[in-house]
Amino acid sequence: MSMESEARSRQTRRAWALSTPALLLLFLAAAGPLLIVLVYSFLLPGKYGNVEWGFSLDGWRGILYSRDIFDGSLKLADAHLTIFWRSVKLSLLTTIITFVVGFPTAWFIATRAPKARAMWLFLITIPFWTNLLIRTFAINEVLRNEGIVNTVLTKAGLIDAPIRMINTDFAVLVGMAYVYLPLMVLPLFAAIDRFDMKLLEAGYDLYASRMAVLRRVILPIVKPGIVAGSILVFVPSLGAYVTPRVLGGGKNMMIGNFIELQFGQGRNWPLGAALSMALLMIVMVALLVYVRAATKGSNPHG
Amino acid sequence: MTEYAIEARNAVKAFGQGDVAVRALDDVSIQIRKGEFFTLLGPSGCGKTTLLRLIAGFETPTSGQILLDGQDITALPPNRRPVNTVFQSYALFPHLTVAQNVAFGLQMLGRPRAEVDRTVERMLALVKLEPMAGRKTSQLSGGQQQRVALARALAPTPKVLLLDEPLSALDLKLRKEMQVELKRLQTETGITFVFVTHDQEEALTMSDRIGVMSAGKLQQVGAPREIYTTPVNRFVASFIGETNFLPAVLGATGAVLGSGDVLALNTGGKTGPATLAVRPEHVRLVPAAEPGSLPATITGWVYFGTDTHVHLALRDGTEVVARLQSGATGDSALTKGEAVGLRFTDGALQILGD
Repeated sequence: MSMESEARSRQTRRAWALSTPALLLLFLAAAGPLLIVLVYSFLLPGKYGNVEWGFSLDGWRGILYSRDIFDGSLKLADAHLTIFWRSVKLSLLTTIITFVVGFPTAWFIATRAPKARAMWLFLITIPFWTNLLIRTFAINEVLRNEGIVNTVLTKAGLIDAPIRMINTDFAVLVGMAYVYLPLMVLPLFAAIDRFDMKLLEAGYDLYASRMAVLRRVILPIVKPGIVAGSILVFVPSLGAYVTPRVLGGGKNMMIGNFIELQFGQGRNWPLGAALSMALLMIVMVALLVYVRAATKGSNPHG
Repeated sequence: MTEYAIEARNAVKAFGQGDVAVRALDDVSIQIRKGEFFTLLGPSGCGKTTLLRLIAGFETPTSGQILLDGQDITALPPNRRPVNTVFQSYALFPHLTVAQNVAFGLQMLGRPRAEVDRTVERMLALVKLEPMAGRKTSQLSGGQQQRVALARALAPTPKVLLLDEPLSALDLKLRKEMQVELKRLQTETGITFVFVTHDQEEALTMSDRIGVMSAGKLQQVGAPREIYTTPVNRFVASFIGETNFLPAVLGATGAVLGSGDVLALNTGGKTGPATLAVRPEHVRLVPAAEPGSLPATITGWVYFGTDTHVHLALRDGTEVVARLQSGATGDSALTKGEAVGLRFTDGALQILGD
């Protein structure tokens, strides 16, 4: 073995040795619990929660089907599908809303003078200082029947009865868009910050209208930022728990609430575990689609 | 219709407001003829780029008009002006291939696909980049990116091509090649080129006419030879080439220099204090006390290879530089402090206004 390759392999060994604590922690904290969840999803539900040892596919079956109480036959569980559909729909809408609101915001910040830029970015991160639950209750305070919006509208004589916003999908959407907006703005800002503003002039100079410059020049170039922001918003939206619970009430459940229900009142841990794994798979598929769409035909240096 | 491709009438561009307003362009009127290679020359901050941006439409003048083919385009946005720009930083689209970059303008004009493809091919051939058509622009060298920028701007056949210091990022050898290339492209396409540069040599070698700018004002417009041999003022004389300035008082038949020496000179009827200018290559050294020569002392010299700059002082200390062709074995004949005589080539002395 030459001295050079020997030195390199020694370096590799040392790198592994040094990262052992981190890898160990990652394995125990991330992979470990996941494995437990995976195992639980194939077990039998205990009478008072928990699980009983014994192999069963009922957990997985329960994701889409429910057993008829009388004859025990399997039927498609409409309620479950509704929850899945609502989760995906609200997550997609949240992603779109945060993009539509976040893009101009990120553009505004990226085009400020460096000093002002730091201030704006600082303001964007302020919501992170407060607990998610408290922020969500603040939105509740705005939207509920006796909340700020309804009070103002009533006092102004614009409406007679309060508009019912709380405990609707709309409220969940508002809450999630508010909570996840910074996660969209920050990667968009990073992408726009790298964008060469001379390209705008080049576009206009070559007969592109403002709209064409946006579509043909700006969006394709900041696409990596759009993809990153969308992933950062879509993934946690899909698993959101606090926001639909506080703003959606008990009826407008999303997958997160549904999973919680199985581990709580539902006392069906295997179903909860199977749902968690299913959610994980949905997220992974979604990520693959995103990444595929992002890398295809985009600038490798972008 | 009109012989001018571009005309600026009393164009003023002020940045900032009120007392702190800076006039980047101060009442500039200029006429650029159809099919000519026109260069705007000046030091950085002289307003040449601002004028170019007014023509492109990226800025609107504070007052005054911009005319294209005799029509007022002052209010038109850049995407509605048949004028294209080659940017200093090239500003190529990083997400598109070379061919897609070149096609961009034509596509935005809504030209049919077959025509776009044909024109792109022709443009890439014109700048000798056919093999690179499918490459991303980031994979190209600086010189190649420059050519893509040129092809992209030329593809929609603009009435005027604006070039904003396009060669400044290239190394010397490449810059010389591109100078020749640009001139060739201009001749082949017959498109009016408006070229901005701070490099006087570039301006002299490439242009049909040059507009020299300083402090937001147009100082002189003329053919390269005209600008070099008969600069109208001290700024033009010193910015283009090197010049010796001799303060003098003009009389009827000559001038009295600061040193008290008298030069015979056709003053064209002008009298009073003035500045005489003479290029170093028009200063000759003759033996001391030769009749009609100015007495001077050699104070030093700088060897440049092909020629040597000899620094001299007149009797009152006025500095004069003479550019002499270097001898085959260097210039061992020169001695510091040696008294010599100076003579100027006939007709080389210019009387400058301020």
